[in-house]
Amino acid sequence: MSEPLLSVKNLTIDYIGEEKDFRAVDDVSFDIAPGEVFGLAGESGCGKSTIAFAISRLHKPPALIRKGSRILLAGRDVLDLDPKALADFRWREVAMVFQSAMNSLNPVLRIEDQFYDVLRTHKGMTRAQARERAAEMLRLVDIPPDRMSNYPHQFSGGMRQRIVIAICMALNPKLVVMDEPTTALDVVVQREILQRINELRKEFGFSVLFITHDLGLMVQFCDRIGIMLAGKLVEQNEAAAIYKAPQHDYTKKLWASFPSLHGGVLS
Amino acid sequence: MSDAILTLDAVTKTFGHGASTVHAARAISFSLHAGRALALVGESGSGKTTCARMAMREYQPTTGQILYKGRPVEGAKADEIARYRRSVQMIFQDPFASLNPAHTIAHHLRRPLKLHRPDIRGSQIDATVRELLERVKLDPDLVAPKYPHELSGGQRQRVNIARALAAQPEVIVADEPTSMLDVSVRLGVLNLLNDMKKEMNLGLLYITHDIATARYVAEDIAVMYSGQIVEWGPTGEVIDNPIHPYTRLLLSAVPDPDVRFDDPRTRLRPEDVDDIRKAAAAPQEKVVEALPGHFARSL
Ligand SMILES: Nc1ncnc2c1ncn2[C@@H]1O[C@H](COP(=O)(O)OP(=O)(O)OP(=O)(O)O)[C@@H](O)[C@H]1O
Ligand SMILES: Nc1ncnc2c1ncn2[C@@H]1O[C@H](COP(=O)(O)OP(=O)(O)OP(=O)(O)O)[C@@H](O)[C@H]1O
Ligand SMILES: [Mg+2]
Ligand SMILES: [Mg+2]
Repeated sequence: MSEPLLSVKNLTIDYIGEEKDFRAVDDVSFDIAPGEVFGLAGESGCGKSTIAFAISRLHKPPALIRKGSRILLAGRDVLDLDPKALADFRWREVAMVFQSAMNSLNPVLRIEDQFYDVLRTHKGMTRAQARERAAEMLRLVDIPPDRMSNYPHQFSGGMRQRIVIAICMALNPKLVVMDEPTTALDVVVQREILQRINELRKEFGFSVLFITHDLGLMVQFCDRIGIMLAGKLVEQNEAAAIYKAPQHDYTKKLWASFPSLHGGVLS
Repeated sequence: MSDAILTLDAVTKTFGHGASTVHAARAISFSLHAGRALALVGESGSGKTTCARMAMREYQPTTGQILYKGRPVEGAKADEIARYRRSVQMIFQDPFASLNPAHTIAHHLRRPLKLHRPDIRGSQIDATVRELLERVKLDPDLVAPKYPHELSGGQRQRVNIARALAAQPEVIVADEPTSMLDVSVRLGVLNLLNDMKKEMNLGLLYITHDIATARYVAEDIAVMYSGQIVEWGPTGEVIDNPIHPYTRLLLSAVPDPDVRFDDPRTRLRPEDVDDIRKAAAAPQEKVVEALPGHFARSL
């Protein structure tokens, strides 16, 4: 593998409690190569979102990252960034899309103004430049640019989620963190969104950290997958190996919890 | 097939008016039968929850009617409506929000017993609470005195099922009952619904985005798009031989680890998807019967 874009080393995160602390992430290490899609799967509460927040430096107390943990992005330790460097780091280096991101659009702003906000703050673009970039980004996610004058409520949930993705990518981040980005949507919309992101990462070369509880979906999309259990990364491998030759008993157990559509294969 | 317990007969529901009218349900017809499950799947926003709410009488249909054992519910006598309310119970998606954090599990189960079961009184009530918990495979000694936050998501959803069963319903409406549960406990809850259906001869309306689980619990399936049921029939038949373009699209998009997104042969083309959406959104009265019991709207 080439020099990794992201390198998570011995990441340990506790939630500080009044009586005792809770170890949510326990000595987790993994790398993501440039242009690679890496998946994190595992049961509810195993620590996936806690890791996603830490990488984006969006974690807040009571979450505490323990000494000895390192998160290197393009060689720089994310955990050492000062507030000014951090403002730049978010969006330009790492962008994050959540399950409920489609509800994070500002309901009283037109789509073009939401692009303008981000592009002015981080790139100092003029309104005209921002509009041009917005059109380009919307086209990438299959939304007609002439709809940028609409408000969020005029779009379906799937379209709003694609708009959030377009805004996230407007600053060419190196890493896109996606935490259950399509869970509330139907499978057609889910497929459209992820297929598009897959094409875009090939075109632009960004990496993706993809979090879902759906192992089948994860194998379709990811290059490599890590399986988490109670804060620990218990197995990581190529997607095909996680599917065809899972090593850890827990990975096998996860696979056994999905009923299959056909028993056979889909045409 | 046995006689229908609950029927939606050409039911329509619109929200708003004028240019902003939303046709949430268009001429929806289906029946629920004892000991059988009907799965309702389809696009997000296609009207599945709206159908569930009409079945629960939370929404009044704009046109069309709801029948209970062949008789319209609207305009029925008060005691018949009470019987209907008891007969049709709902299990919600969110096992966290639907239980009151201030009350024990036993309290949650006593309430519907007092409300719907005048036949049991006194010490029989607590005995029935125990029976209900055992039915959903929870240990009564352990679980009855607990508060909701002391239970896992899977356990809470079992409590919700027990609560629905307390009224001795004939029909259960379950709107995405496992989507907020861990994958490892989903199958357990689905098995439980399956057992209830068979052992207690319940009719089940099962709403889901997870079509593989629809096959797992439901004998029949209906696929919705934009307020219409576009295809319906025996679940295996519809999944193995889909006719309507939207059903085919939906099935082709079901997550399948054998299909990689970077394989150009299986790529969904956005133009094709748009064409299918446009065609499927038009109201269409004409229906074809492909095989006995398997229907699809024509395009
Ligand atoms: N603010 C908090 N305070 C205390 N504990 C927390 C807090 N946030 C999360 N936790 C705990 O940390 C653990 C990891 O949570 P996290 O949200 O990372 O899990 P997850 O893998 O993303 O789960 P899910 O699949 O449900 O989203 C859980 O046990 C959770 O209860
Ligand atoms: N109370 C309401 N007022 C206005 N519009 C509504 C209301 N309830 C539902 N709708 C609209 O009716 C349509 C159908 O919604 P419904 O919730 O039934 O969809 P659904 O199939 O359950 O979707 P999902 O799979 O996302 O849960 C949507 O366009 C929705 O916005
Ligand atoms: Mg999470
Ligand atoms: Mg719904």
